[in-house]
Parts: sequence; structure tokens; C-alpha cells
Amino acid sequence: MSIKVIQPGLLSSIQDFGRTGYAQYGVPQSGVMDRYAAKIANLLVGNTQYEAVMETTLMGPTLQFQEEMLVALVGLEAVVTLNDEKLALLKPFEVKNGDVLQLKQITKGTRLYLAVKGGFLTEKKLESRSMYEPVTSSGLLRKDDELKVAEYKGEKEKAFAHIKFEAEKYESSQLEVFPGPEFHRLPEELKGELLTKKFSISKNNSRMAYQLEEKLENELPSILTQPVLPGTVQFTPGGNLIILMRDAQTTGGYPRIFQLTEESINLLAQKKQGDAIEFQLKQYEK
Amino acid sequence: MKFEKPLIQPLGKQAILLSWQENIDENLLYHLLQLKNNIQQNYTKVKVEVINTYNSLLINYSSTINNIYREISVVEKLMDSQRKKAHLQFYQFSLPVCYDQKFGLDLEELSQQNQLEISEIIQLHTQPNYTIFFKGFLPGFLYLGGLDEKLHISRKKSPRLKVEKGAVGIGEKQTGIYPQISAGGWQLIGNCPVPIFEVNQQKPSPFQAGDKLKFEAVSMEDYQTIQQEVNQGTYQLKKEVYEH
Repeated sequence: MSIKVIQPGLLSSIQDFGRTGYAQYGVPQSGVMDRYAAKIANLLVGNTQYEAVMETTLMGPTLQFQEEMLVALVGLEAVVTLNDEKLALLKPFEVKNGDVLQLKQITKGTRLYLAVKGGFLTEKKLESRSMYEPVTSSGLLRKDDELKVAEYKGEKEKAFAHIKFEAEKYESSQLEVFPGPEFHRLPEELKGELLTKKFSISKNNSRMAYQLEEKLENELPSILTQPVLPGTVQFTPGGNLIILMRDAQTTGGYPRIFQLTEESINLLAQKKQGDAIEFQLKQYEK
Repeated sequence: MKFEKPLIQPLGKQAILLSWQENIDENLLYHLLQLKNNIQQNYTKVKVEVINTYNSLLINYSSTINNIYREISVVEKLMDSQRKKAHLQFYQFSLPVCYDQKFGLDLEELSQQNQLEISEIIQLHTQPNYTIFFKGFLPGFLYLGGLDEKLHISRKKSPRLKVEKGAVGIGEKQTGIYPQISAGGWQLIGNCPVPIFEVNQQKPSPFQAGDKLKFEAVSMEDYQTIQQEVNQGTYQLKKEVYEH
């Protein structure tokens, strides 16, 4: 059972929930950028949320199915065709041998997830199928790749129709953040500015990190190399704000001023260059 | 040796961070590694991964922590409990490095800036018994302590787009080996033919925080022989038990 990659699209890859337990080796966690959307895609075809899915970014791939399988697409809004006929997101559908799926363009949000019943069974390295070079042989899908998927036994699941994708979550520009380990070193005025200013996403945004366009002067000294996580917001001496994402390195030397909530990482994963964001400070519940 | 109590705080809802004063100190490292061992021993039902840097421990939980302050007090109690020091096993490693100018692209620059003969650079770089503090930056990259001050040099003004796998370099007060091809701004002085990160191994890196590492200068001829042995799978990494 496999899916052939006719055109790989802009930045398409296979991802699951990533690698845990390998940060001690300096290996990034990786995994789907938007865990919520990927989870819904999996649930729609009757998988657990942890199965490997295809993550596509802005300009999706063209794929040809080599067998019959059950597929679901989850994203905010996109132009997708199956054998040149328009197809709706969020509804599981069966495909036949030879069918061609084109994820032409993501028109709202940034990432769209494709799940197949049983999940992708591509190369597994360090307990995960998440593509990340050099842990896996490639970081992205390539033209003519044959992606192995689980065998489909024809059990189309109708029972999953009730699964709801809460698209309204993504309307917000508010990123909920906890104070980071170096937050207290910021002068009060700067804290105020960080929490009221509207920021925009710069062109430097990838699976590793989203850098913001606006710079804020600061006199924070750099720190001794420290642990960082996906969702850690680094503040550089040059005034840049860098929000680490799923492929982030495991340690870093810039002050860590915020830590995004899991939901905010998912939200940010659907933002693109030019989109506005604001930070909303949250305290840990007592 | 007595160490201050660390600051214990959450880092998101799935991790707890313990930080000591910023300091690169081998004694602090062994104190952290004892605590790391304590924490790992204590969590049997919940899956956690504990990573250390120079002055921090990060406890990563595999799922969301329900009550973060209760969990912090669990960690605090664990730190207060008088546990017998565990015997942690450390190793002394030796890695071959070829300091030929074919690999040591910045040996000339280092030689001029720091006013050292190339032979002195090699001597100063192979002399120390480096301490492995932790891994980070790139998969398998080792943060080493113990570089001789005479070899400290600033990073290159603009980083190279491609640094070879195994390249040995110096950046400011640090020295290290690039585990794979990557971009990089360090001054390059040699190359190590032995891979330090192998994704197909169950343990992708043989090195652990607290281990010791020496570099051994080898000729181009030896470099090629070792490379062949590595490719054939017959190379034996030099390693012995190290007592602190």
C-alpha cells in the first residue's frame, strides 16, 4: 500500500507526535506543527491521534494513490481536487487505485494535514516517523517518493462524522504565554511593551522557529547555554523575538522570556508571514 | 561540596526547570548528575526525561502536569531527602583528530591571531582531558569544558554555509566536533574520522554528560586507515572506565 508523490509541494513532510526522550542527545522533538488539526485528521479516519500524517504547507503536493484507502484532510481553507473535481475538507473519503489528489493552495491558515486510515508507515528513526534531517534520510517529501501506508480493509468509518474541528480557535491573534525563566530580568516598561504591542510574523518562519518582524531594544545580557523547548520565546541582544517551534534545537543561549501554551503553538503553526500576533500573559494555576 | 538550592519553576505545563547560578564548573556538573539520577530513579510510574546543561536540569514529562505546584513540591522534597550518593559510571574516551591543513582551514588564521605555531596549537588542543557537559545545538553535538585559554578565538565574521561532518573547531571559549554537515561559524582546525552521532544505533551517541574526552593527533595516513575501519565496522572506539 502506498501513495506516490507526483509533485512534493512547497514544504511537505510526514510527521507524528515527534521524538521524546532524545533531547539528551541533542535531537529536536519535531512532530506535527499543529497537533490539534493533525489529531482531528487522524480521528476522522478512525486512527489514534498519534499516527503519522502528511503535513503540507501553503502550496501542497500532488499525490497518486496506488490502492484503495480512506483519507481525510484537515486545515482551515484550501483548494483541493480529486481527479480534477473539487473536494471538501473535514470529510473522510475513499480513494481508488490511480486517483490523483491535488492540494493546490492553502487559502486560509498555513498547514493542512492528510491522514489515511491506519497511518503512514514510512521510515521510523529514534521511535518516530517525523521527518527531520539528518535523523531521517530526508526532511521533506521528494518527487517520486513512494510513501508506505497501512493496509486498508475497506472499513469506512461513518461513526466519526460527529468529530468537530473548531476552526474558530484560529481566528485569534492572541498567543497565551507563561512567563519564561528570564522574564523577571526585564524592566517593567519593557514587560508592558511586550504585552501590549502588536507584532507581525516575519519571512523567517519555519518548522524550527518563527521570528517576529518588530524589534525591541533591550539590555539583557546573553545567558549560559540553557535548555529550551518548542514554544520558548527567545529575546536576542539585537532585539529580535524568536518563537521556537517543533524542530527547535534543544539548548539555546538567548534569554527565554515566554513559554507558549500548547494551544498557542498550534495556533501559531497556522500563521504566516505578515499575520499579526499579541502576547497574553498567563500565570500557572495554583 | 555544598551547592545552593536551585530555583525551581515550571517551563510550560509539561516541564519543570531547576536552575543554579550561571557557572561552568565540573563540581556543579557532578552534583547535577547525582540529582538527575535521583529524579530518574524516583519517577517510575510517570515517564520523564531529565536533561542537564551547565547549571540547569530540565525535567520533561511525557504528558501535561495536572497541578504544577504540587509537582514542584514533589521535586523539592526529592532534593531535600538525604539520599546516598549513587555510584555513577563514567568513561574516558579518546578520539583521533587529523590536524592536516586540508581539514584545518583556519589553522593559519588561529596561528596568526593567537601568535602560536601550528605545532603548538595541536599540542595545546590535544593536551587537556576535556569534560563532556551535555549535548545540544545539533544532534550529537558535545559541549566540552577545558579548552586552553591560549586557543580562545572569536567565531568567523560570517559563518561557512557548509562545514564537513567531523570538523573540529573552536568558537570563543569552546571546542567541539560537528556531528554532521551543517552551516557553522567556528574556526576549523581538524577533522575526526570517527562518527559521534549514529542514528541507527540504539544509543545514537556513546558519550554521556560527565564522561572525559581526549583528542589524539593522527596523520593523514592514519586518518584514512581509521576511516576505512569505520566504514567496514571494525573500528573500536577507545574507551575505559573513568573514576572521578
